[in-house]
Amino acid sequence: MDLALFLIAGAVALIGAVAMLMARNAVHSALFLLLNFAAIAVLFLLLQSPFLFAIQLTVYAGAIMVLFLFVVMLLGAEQVEDTPDRIAWQRPLGLLLGLALLAVAVIAGLRTGTTPLPGGEAVATFGNPASLGALLFTRYMLPFQITGVILLIAVIGVVVLNQRGRQSAESGQATGD
Amino acid sequence: MVPTAYYILLSAALFAIGVLGVLVRRNAMVVFMSVELMLNAANLALVTFARERLSVDGQVLVFFVITVAAAEVAVGLALLVAIFRTKRTADVDEVSTLRG
Repeated sequence: MDLALFLIAGAVALIGAVAMLMARNAVHSALFLLLNFAAIAVLFLLLQSPFLFAIQLTVYAGAIMVLFLFVVMLLGAEQVEDTPDRIAWQRPLGLLLGLALLAVAVIAGLRTGTTPLPGGEAVATFGNPASLGALLFTRYMLPFQITGVILLIAVIGVVVLNQRGRQSAESGQATGD
Repeated sequence: MVPTAYYILLSAALFAIGVLGVLVRRNAMVVFMSVELMLNAANLALVTFARERLSVDGQVLVFFVITVAAAEVAVGLALLVAIFRTKRTADVDEVSTLRG
C-alpha cells in the first residue's frame, strides 16, 4: 500500500518537474511546479510529517506559487526564449553537467542502503505537530527568532525595492514631460 | 514500508532536474522555479532521514527551510520586477551589465 502510494506520488512529482523544465510558457511551468509540490506534500504525509504536509500546501502551493503566477502574469514574461542561445555549447554542457550530478547523487543515494524504514511503537507518536512545536520553542528558539528577523528584513527589502522602482519611474515621467 | 533509498533517489532526481533547469533555461522566472524545486528535493531528503532516525530535528530544519524560502522568493521576485522595469526583459542573458 505504502509502496503503491509512493510510486504514484513519486511519478507525479517527477512528471511535474520534467514538464516544468520542458514547458515553453512560464505560466505552464508554474502550474507543473504546483503539481510537483502537491506530490511532494503527499510524500511528506507518507513519511509521517502531517505538519509539514500542511505547511507545504499552504506556504508553497498556496502563497509562493500564487506569488510566482502573479509576477509572471504581471510582467507578461511568459515566453522570452525565442532567440537562440548566445553561447552555442551552453545547453549541451548544461545537460552533461546535470546528468553527471544526477549520477553522483544516485551513487550517494544508493549508499544509504535499502533497509526499510523502522516501524513499531516509537513511530506512533513520531512527527505529531506538538513534538515539533516543543522542539521549535526549546532547542531551536534562537534559529526560530532569527527566522522572524529574516522575514522582517525580506518585507523591508521588498518595500524598498518597489519604492525605488516607483520613484525612478515617476522621475522618468517627470523628465519625459 | 518503502526503503529510505527510494526516497533519496527520488530526491536526487528532482534535485538534478532543478540544476538542469538553472543551467539550461534562460527565462528568469523558470530559473527561479528550478531553485524552488531544488529546495523541495532537499526538504524531501531531510524529511526522509528524519523518519529513518525517528528524530524530529530534521522536520524542524525543513520548517526553517520553507520559511526562509518564502522570504527568498519575495525578495527575488521583487528584484525580477525591478529588473523588468529597467530592462524590459526576463531573459537572464540580456541582464549582463552591472549598471542600474
